[in-house]
Amino acid sequence: MSDLVPLFVILPLATAFLIPILGQFIKGFQKGLLPLVLLFLTILAINFITKGIGQPISYPVGGWDPENGIPIAIYLVLDGLSVLLLLIINLIGFLSAFYSISYMRKFTSQNNFYALLALMIAGMNGVVLTGDMFNLYVFLEIAVIASYALVAFGIERTELEASFKYQVLGGVASLLILFAIGLLYWRTQTLNMADIANVLKEGSNSFYLTFTQILLVAGFGLKAAMIPFHAWLPDAHSSAPSPISAMLSGVLIKAIGIYAILRLFFNMFIINYEISLVITVIGTLSMIIGSLLAFGQWDMKRMLAYSSISQMGYVVIGVGMGMILLSKNGDESVASLAIAGGLFHLVNHATFKGLLFLNAGAIEHKTGTRNMKMMGGLAKQMPITSTTSLGASMSISGIPPFNGFFSKLVIIIAAIKGEFYLLAVLAIIVAFVTLSYFLRFQRYAFFNKSKFTRKIKEVPFPMCFSMVVLVILCVGLSLLIFPGIRDIILTPAVDVLMETTNYSSAIIGM
Amino acid sequence: MTVYIMCFILFLVGLYGVLTRRNLIKIVISVTIMEFSVFLFFVLIGYIENGLAPILTEELNNPVFVDPLPQAMVLTAIVIGLATSAMLLAIAIRLYKKYGTFDTRKINNLKG
Repeated sequence: MSDLVPLFVILPLATAFLIPILGQFIKGFQKGLLPLVLLFLTILAINFITKGIGQPISYPVGGWDPENGIPIAIYLVLDGLSVLLLLIINLIGFLSAFYSISYMRKFTSQNNFYALLALMIAGMNGVVLTGDMFNLYVFLEIAVIASYALVAFGIERTELEASFKYQVLGGVASLLILFAIGLLYWRTQTLNMADIANVLKEGSNSFYLTFTQILLVAGFGLKAAMIPFHAWLPDAHSSAPSPISAMLSGVLIKAIGIYAILRLFFNMFIINYEISLVITVIGTLSMIIGSLLAFGQWDMKRMLAYSSISQMGYVVIGVGMGMILLSKNGDESVASLAIAGGLFHLVNHATFKGLLFLNAGAIEHKTGTRNMKMMGGLAKQMPITSTTSLGASMSISGIPPFNGFFSKLVIIIAAIKGEFYLLAVLAIIVAFVTLSYFLRFQRYAFFNKSKFTRKIKEVPFPMCFSMVVLVILCVGLSLLIFPGIRDIILTPAVDVLMETTNYSSAIIGM
Repeated sequence: MTVYIMCFILFLVGLYGVLTRRNLIKIVISVTIMEFSVFLFFVLIGYIENGLAPILTEELNNPVFVDPLPQAMVLTAIVIGLATSAMLLAIAIRLYKKYGTFDTRKINNLKG
């Protein structure tokens, strides 16, 4: 089994390499190859999940054996948390690539588009799998450089400006992360995350380590667009082509932002109270301010981008509450409930935000506008887009029986049980704000009187297919609330975070 | 210790440039300054007083080598830095073609 792990990185990388070369000679090569590769990787990830992962599977790249118990090779580590992220990345990636078959018709140089998308997915898969600090940085840069180019893909004024802003802030974030990696290496003389955790176990929480942690929170917070660092997100995510917006908002900010924070702060550092408080406060601010900013937007994609900030806030407060409880030796069952809620919302957000951006792309594809005031009456003309978008809107604003309701419910219950009453109240209020602006979106886009003089038709099959699959997932993922299914998918990921030291001992012990 | 502090000051100089400059090219230069301060820091943490280049030969007995790992990391990071700078400059040139200026105050289609 462990030999299959590097495929997650190798296959998309090889695809990114082959598409520009062979795509010139074979017609339709790029459109066929990338969805097939991503479908294969999705099935592989599902296969790993259903087999069950007890201990982390680690794969030393190059086959270097540990020397005196010190790992030398770069390790690729697959455990419950990374396999969950791999599933999201490759599934949403597959649906976006399939959707692009029709959507990207109006663009030129499609070979470059598919190659960059493959490169971005290879980078994200690498970030999620790697067990080595510097390797994390390298994969992260692969993913973000591809995303810089994809944001600017339209090469119009707004796209270029958004991409420049994104690049400058992303560059600063990368350097903060690299600086922190240097500081960590200076202290521990190793780069392997498990080995660093092993070394830090003996050390106390000095000022030096706190400084490193703050650098990492700032760096990955910038990548995840948490609220003081959010300025680039609405521009970048709304300017990209819609399938890419779905990838950026649905997957990229989670894979290189939230996932990295989770992995480093739970499994590598010793959880301390101050940092977990900082993370929770940042999450709370994101949740509130993101939703208020989204409320003021009339541009459809900008509204969705701001709402991403707000929804990621939910994920971060769920996980942050778990961290606070773990650092204070509080009730473990409540901590695990909070973390489960956060991860559950992370999975759900990938499905419904991906779907909403694909809907927005479908509307823009057919009507040519993104302004909600200019739309209306699309429900009759685009029935599939309208229905799927209604499902996604209900899901994101937390209406049962869609999945968003259950994950928000779990977070709120955990907040009440853990005696974070203020957070619980704020989470409920923000849920209502979210509902209100999504109802406005539904009303202006689909139900008002039609403002279009020409006839508007439904989008072609590949776009419909991706949207329908995602809306089925939006309903289907609510099944994760039942214990039988939760134990297969969600519990292994929660266990990785709950048993904080297990990660390092499992890898060092091999 | 002074070297490390000066390295950190270089980092802050770059950060100051990113935050205050109005010219796209100057912003790119500031990012590059930040980048190189971090690279310098990496080389510094691997340096050992009177250390030799880490090449094993038979004549040496009990040699003191500098740490080769940060040097390897810096080489990788320089390549990545090349990619980011090239990307930034490419976008800056495209922006210049669209707007006819490098001034960020005149390039403001997007707000917040």
